Amino acid sequence: MNEQIISLQTEVSEKLSAVTDLTELDSLRVAYLGKKGSITALLKGMKDLSAEERKTFGAEVNQLKEFTTQKIEEKVKELGEKEIAAEIAAMPLIDITTPSSCECGSYHPITLVQRQCETIFKTMGFAVIDYPEIVTDYECFEALNIPKHHPARDMQDTYYLDNGQLLKSHTSAAQNAILKKYGKELMETGKPIKAIFPGRCFRNEATDACHENTFFQMEGVMVDKDISISNLIYFMKTMLSEVFRKDIKVRLRPGFFPFVEPGFELDISCLICGGEGCPSCKQSGWLELCPCGMIHPNVLREGGIDPEEYTGFAFGLGLTRLAMMKYGVKDIRNLNSGSLKALSQFTDDE
Amino acid sequence: MFLSMNWIEDFVDLSGLDKLELIHKLSLSTAEVENEIFFKGSDLSGVVVAEIMSVEDHPKSEKLHLLKVDAGDGKLTDVVCGAPNVRVGMKTAFAKVGAQLGEITIAPRPLAGFESFGMCCSEAELGISDDHSGIMDITEDVKNGTDIKDVYAIDDIIFEIDNKSLTNRPDLWSHYGFAREFAALADRKLKPLECEDLSAYDNLKKVDMKIEDPLCQRYSCMQVENITRSISPVNMRIRLFYCGMRGINFLADLTNYLMLEVGQPMHAFDSRKVEKIRIKRFDTPFTFTTLDGVERNIDENTLMICNDNTPVAIAGIMGGLDSEIVEDTTTLTLESATFDAVSIRKSTVRLAHRTDASMRYEKCLDPEMTTLAIARFINLLKKYNPEAQVVSALTDEYAKRYETVKLDFDKNFVDRYTGIEISNDTIVKTLTDLGFEVTLDGDNFSVTVPSWRATKDVTIKADIIEEITRIYGYDNFDINTAKAPLYPVRAEAIKTAEDRIKDLLVKKFGLHELHSYVWAYNDEMKDLGLDVEENVKLLNATNPNIETIRKSIIPTQLCQVKTNTSFSPDFGIFEVGRVVEGLKDNGLCNERKKLAITLFSKTKDIKTLYTELRDILAVMALNIKHTEFTFKSKETAHSYEHPVNLNAICIDGKEIGSMGILHPVVLKKIDKKANVVFAEIDMELFTEANTEAIVYDEPSKFPAMTYDISLEIPAGMFFEKLSECWKNEGGGLLKGTRIVDTYDTETVHSITIRFEFSSTERTLSSQEIQEIMDKVIANLSAIGVTLRG
Repeated sequence: MNEQIISLQTEVSEKLSAVTDLTELDSLRVAYLGKKGSITALLKGMKDLSAEERKTFGAEVNQLKEFTTQKIEEKVKELGEKEIAAEIAAMPLIDITTPSSCECGSYHPITLVQRQCETIFKTMGFAVIDYPEIVTDYECFEALNIPKHHPARDMQDTYYLDNGQLLKSHTSAAQNAILKKYGKELMETGKPIKAIFPGRCFRNEATDACHENTFFQMEGVMVDKDISISNLIYFMKTMLSEVFRKDIKVRLRPGFFPFVEPGFELDISCLICGGEGCPSCKQSGWLELCPCGMIHPNVLREGGIDPEEYTGFAFGLGLTRLAMMKYGVKDIRNLNSGSLKALSQFTDDE
Repeated sequence: MFLSMNWIEDFVDLSGLDKLELIHKLSLSTAEVENEIFFKGSDLSGVVVAEIMSVEDHPKSEKLHLLKVDAGDGKLTDVVCGAPNVRVGMKTAFAKVGAQLGEITIAPRPLAGFESFGMCCSEAELGISDDHSGIMDITEDVKNGTDIKDVYAIDDIIFEIDNKSLTNRPDLWSHYGFAREFAALADRKLKPLECEDLSAYDNLKKVDMKIEDPLCQRYSCMQVENITRSISPVNMRIRLFYCGMRGINFLADLTNYLMLEVGQPMHAFDSRKVEKIRIKRFDTPFTFTTLDGVERNIDENTLMICNDNTPVAIAGIMGGLDSEIVEDTTTLTLESATFDAVSIRKSTVRLAHRTDASMRYEKCLDPEMTTLAIARFINLLKKYNPEAQVVSALTDEYAKRYETVKLDFDKNFVDRYTGIEISNDTIVKTLTDLGFEVTLDGDNFSVTVPSWRATKDVTIKADIIEEITRIYGYDNFDINTAKAPLYPVRAEAIKTAEDRIKDLLVKKFGLHELHSYVWAYNDEMKDLGLDVEENVKLLNATNPNIETIRKSIIPTQLCQVKTNTSFSPDFGIFEVGRVVEGLKDNGLCNERKKLAITLFSKTKDIKTLYTELRDILAVMALNIKHTEFTFKSKETAHSYEHPVNLNAICIDGKEIGSMGILHPVVLKKIDKKANVVFAEIDMELFTEANTEAIVYDEPSKFPAMTYDISLEIPAGMFFEKLSECWKNEGGGLLKGTRIVDTYDTETVHSITIRFEFSSTERTLSSQEIQEIMDKVIANLSAIGVTLRG
């Protein structure tokens, strides 16, 4: 082998093994294999050789070129790996157990429970209706078959305004308007009336941990040709089981409300003890939750619907009470307190 | 109202049945039974009848006596007793050693040096009355040693009905009414009441009585003489006591007993004071003293019972002091009447005096009951006081009959209402058990409602459904979903907008939703120096702090901010709530639904905070309406508004709300070092505003070009003015602008704006962009904006 080649090969080996970074390596590549590189120069010098010499020498130079190229590739790989390893080693440990400072907003718990109820009824084809808080005596009482001297109209229960209107004492105040609004469609096209109307109600009473003068209810009505008590129980049971995400046992007891006949008090099996009896349910195993019933014929009639042809049910769910039960809010006054300490905890709920 | 199971069992045989189970059934089918059930007598044992054979004074005590009693066990027992009424030969209730009296077990014990082997008991100690004046005086002829429970009906189950659940059931304000329910629920027969045949006295003179007012529906009365008994039979007193009434004297107890038994309030007058009974109202108000000694103001609407022209009782509420039965009364007149329920209710409210009688009258009592109650009264009177004599004929004026209610319906009606199958036989049986007259022809029912249900309770067919289903039992219902055709349901726009806004504010901006009251908080607002603006007022607010309905949510939120300043250095709150903006032309409240937002910050300068609020609104508009709000400077109208930077929020050129900065006077009362900004938007106006369609702009395949310029802006010039300079330039090639840098010194306000150009057809040349920008720069310099080098 040509001595010049041997010494060059030795030099390549030595120099490459000493290289520590990619820049240095690249200048070596140029020094040997670049246009003016020493190995390239050897190839260029071959034109002066005889054909015989050229054959042998050429083969040897090409061998050297391959050797060098390979060595450089190996070195590139080696140095690349070292660099990544160094980068990895340089990454600091980050303490993710420090408290988060990110601001998270919150919904009022009533909004959360209201949305859950709305969603359930929306999936069953109920319309969600928005209704004013200030209504007339007609809407709140007269249209609901609450005669002039019914105790519910007593001054001590209802907030009256100096213009003759009143703060609605129950969401049922929307019933008449809803029957009128959708009744026409029911009679003309047979589209059943299915609506819920959540809203704020007011009662003129002293407040304590269990009583508020301002609270939320959600009224629901369904009217069609053959709506029955059996249907009413179905819808109540289904809704409550969905809200609480478990099978809820319900029972009906007779209850008197002038705008329904028959009227019921609906109880659910106690959520705390499951019906065994505990202090929350006063050992009865049941919690009174929701008055409901079959819409009174007079109420249907007042809404322009013929009670001989149509029947319907109505219920009034206490959203405030439901929210308290669901989230374990013990003092009802916290809900309207505006206290962020209490209320900012309700980030969201399904 | 308390009910005695023993009493109910006078009228229906419930033997062999689980009483607790029946009471539970009652709760599910009839009326709400309170949770606590009392097992009277269950904690009493070992008490027997004993005779006091000797009484000696205790040598060391004035009060105590040393007794020897015969408790029927063949020996005399030594007892030390402190009762004042001990006497030889007296029979009393004696708790033997080992006896149980509630928590106490009787054991031999020394009393002032003498051993006592048992205890003589008062009625209070036995738990059968509140009389603890002395030991029980047993007058019944029973053998010594007889268990007290074999002498008196001490064992009883007492349960309480929630009166609220009886508002529509006049028939259930009595044991007999409940006995009827139990009979239907247990499938047992209801026994008739034992009554005196009053026709036997028809030949006696009538009482001088006349109804002179239509508010009295029926008045029945009868006179009785020679009542010699003063103390009621023990069993009667026990029942009254268990049902929450105090024993008074035999006559008063008997009227109360009748009221609890059949539900008819009764009153006894001294016949000397009511020779001419007249029922009427007076034209002029006067005062009247009721038998509780209270002087009451009677007005022209209150129905009175009178002796000719002298009032002797407030009809249906309470008797008068002057006509009460007294020591020397010989003849009494027994009243049993029915009055207009609404009138009684109104009088009760006016007098602020509710009695056991008025409570019942308010429910529309069955007028058929008046004579029945008298017949029952006389029956019991003669049973317990055989010397008593009836001295008048039954005098009865039935001025206003109840209207007979007949209802016709068919099986299909019941099926539709219930949604389940209840057989014709079951329907007939249930209604018959409850006292309805039923005829069935094929599938057609014809029902006559009994008088005790017909006064207001059962008047329409739907009422019959309740009777059938409650006895059938709601627990026995099959539960079925409704069969109804499907139709799409579109949510109300305002509701959807509200939900989306809440989501944005909570999820994107980290705000907190709070609720508040619909009225202005007078006290809290005063503390902040805020005016409560004139508006609609509550007529009957019990608390002056909550008298005026609010016109805006912002003052409420400022009060909320004040109570939350320590919550966090920066927070934002919002509420979607109602306000009233005065009255509309028709006199009704102009109720508006508003969105209110208030931001509080101790760390951000006012410009940053106010811009942040603007950004929140901008995102709302863009997200929901696909457009932008515009803002117009506004004059202050409220005490909390800072006069500078108050803006109207507009959409489609229409004002829908306002935003501003808190007035420094109010801010200082909340937190001197903080900044507070607020915005309020009318939800209805926002919802009504046009929602722009989303205009999709296909991204160009050709590269976009940018061009930055730095400008020096004269003081007080708003960006909106600058944007006029390029709004109409570029022929559609100018796609947008962005502020990439701002630089402010005390004298210079400068910003760098990046203009972005692109075309969907070609790559733009720098030359054509330069041409556009030259025009823009010329426009800018025309309004005094200079280009920085």
